[in-house]
Amino acid sequence: MEPLIHYAPYTGWVYPNETVIEWSIAIVVYPYITGLVAGAFTVSSLYQVFGFQRLKPVAHLALLTSLCFMIFVPLPLLLHLGHPERALNNLLTPHWTSAMAMFGYFATFYIVLLMIETWFAFRPFIVEQAQTRKGLPGAAYRLLTLGSYDVSEAVLRHDRKWIFWLAIAGIPGAHGLHGYVGFVFGSLKSREWWSSDLMPVVFLFSAIISGVALLIVIYVVSCWLRRIAIDLACLKGLAYTVWGFIMVALVLEGLEFANIVYKGREGVEMIIAYVNGPLLIPYFILQFAVGAILPLMWLSYMIWRGTTGKALVAGVTVSACLVLLSVFMMRWNVVIGGQEISKTGKGLLAYHLQFFGHEGLLVAILLLLAPVATLFGLTRFFPPWEDKAA
Amino acid sequence: MKREAISALRARRGFLRGVGRAAAVAAAAAAAGPASVVRQAAAKSAPGARQAAFPTPDYDWTQHRWAFGVDATKCIGCLRCVEACKRENNVPLTAHHFRTWVERYVYLEGEDHPRIDSQQDPVNIAASGSEREYRFANRYEGAKVEKAFFVPKLCNQCTHPACVQVCPVGATYKGADGVVLIDHQYCIGCRYCVQACPYGARFFNEEKGVSDKCTWCYHRITKGLQPACVEVCPVGARIFGDRNDRQSPISLFIRNNRVQVLKPETGNEPNVFYVGVDKAVL
Repeated sequence: MEPLIHYAPYTGWVYPNETVIEWSIAIVVYPYITGLVAGAFTVSSLYQVFGFQRLKPVAHLALLTSLCFMIFVPLPLLLHLGHPERALNNLLTPHWTSAMAMFGYFATFYIVLLMIETWFAFRPFIVEQAQTRKGLPGAAYRLLTLGSYDVSEAVLRHDRKWIFWLAIAGIPGAHGLHGYVGFVFGSLKSREWWSSDLMPVVFLFSAIISGVALLIVIYVVSCWLRRIAIDLACLKGLAYTVWGFIMVALVLEGLEFANIVYKGREGVEMIIAYVNGPLLIPYFILQFAVGAILPLMWLSYMIWRGTTGKALVAGVTVSACLVLLSVFMMRWNVVIGGQEISKTGKGLLAYHLQFFGHEGLLVAILLLLAPVATLFGLTRFFPPWEDKAA
Repeated sequence: MKREAISALRARRGFLRGVGRAAAVAAAAAAAGPASVVRQAAAKSAPGARQAAFPTPDYDWTQHRWAFGVDATKCIGCLRCVEACKRENNVPLTAHHFRTWVERYVYLEGEDHPRIDSQQDPVNIAASGSEREYRFANRYEGAKVEKAFFVPKLCNQCTHPACVQVCPVGATYKGADGVVLIDHQYCIGCRYCVQACPYGARFFNEEKGVSDKCTWCYHRITKGLQPACVEVCPVGARIFGDRNDRQSPISLFIRNNRVQVLKPETGNEPNVFYVGVDKAVL
């Protein structure tokens, strides 16, 4: 049994109450998962709304990925709460001046939207299965038809219209949800590291690249598991998407850091000491160099050289993994990094990561694996593959 | 300030009335779990003054405007205030949870920046022998000290409290008398308020699963007593009173001194007023 309180060792001068770092890895995982949801939904919308035909093979997969990760978004928060049984207070008596009060509404709206859109997207498949399958699965599909068996062209056209408008509503929904997560941090004036107008957009663009990168990895692995050829045009489309957005994300993150340093407000010496010391590897090396600049250059090289075949698959997949690492490190550096710089501006703390416990590393890993496992199960029930789905 | 707090309460009550109507229908069919949540929410909508235990039957919070003063020139760093606060308010007896604390600023010869520590510093704990006892170690013995002073710190009961702004459920709120309180029966334990406070005045009580902070000993001041820290201070470095009373100790303190507040740039407008601190403290 690990002790209840983990105090953080510190150097310099920190307020006595700061010696317990209150937002743990669970709060790192929360914006990470939310970002993956927003990013995956972006891919789905690029096809459904903006007509990027080359993304068609992953359009339904993106929708399911978004749904599976969204289901788990509230879990790290619930694990973190001192009184999770009171979580509903957030919906019953929201305090409107709090950025966090909107979470329940945003999340509920978005989960419902995703479920409805998924239902429309898979309706022809559900109807077909309901009519052909027997036993329990057949009954489940029949229940999911909600009594609507009409899959005539006129009705499907009507469905597509719904999907289109839901996807349009989902764009501000997904991006609003994630932009708001950035606002939760950026709106606090207590910490120089967090207090930034750019924070919501920084979160948003990093979310987009993480979600697209996740989709690349899931798509490549799914093709490998299903022993089918990877649609290279689709993969290239995803790579272009990451490539384009990663530049914006990099510029925004660079601008944010430059702003802190250039404005040089009180406490900036401590921030500079921090990024050159404890944050050197997580921030400059992992988040920027390895996780963002390297994949950007690699992708640029492949686009320039017209790389194709296995080299393209390998290059894009490795780049995607690096981007996933980079965005995780970005979340870590914001959430944990912000708390490691004392509010006094005169001291630094060190976060002690537990392994066990409800806010430990093990639970964090499980939280990240749970949506993937759910997706694996859900694709059995709703195959998102082009050759099988609607 | 008052208007803001009251309108916020009114808005919440209005919302709750709506929820209450919907909940009345839902509660009939709801299981025990959801029903208790609805009950809690409905209880929250009752005006504070009408709640049985709130906080002292004959106390009218609209008649007071509490404020606190710290005269750092008087503080001797004895830390009796810290001890009294811990005992009076059942604050966890660790080196990481304080409703009030004392900071020591020491300028050594040839150094531009002060060396700062508080009673939770490991060197000071080693000197006292326990994190449950508070003492400042004589760590600068032999050094050439140019300037040194102590600064008591506590919740600033801000006029525009960042903690109240960010609380997602309204469990922390500002009373009409100016004190920022926490409803421990309603707090969900998200710790957003702990993050939002620029002064590090809030902590999370792991055993209770809720946030906590100084309330100027609300259970005492509503009975006409002084906060415990003010009561025990042997040198009168802590001053407390009602600003509505022009002859109260705090009114005189503010009127007769050039007072400062901590981190004025945050716009929080603290209600703890300081005398005798220098720029490194602000």
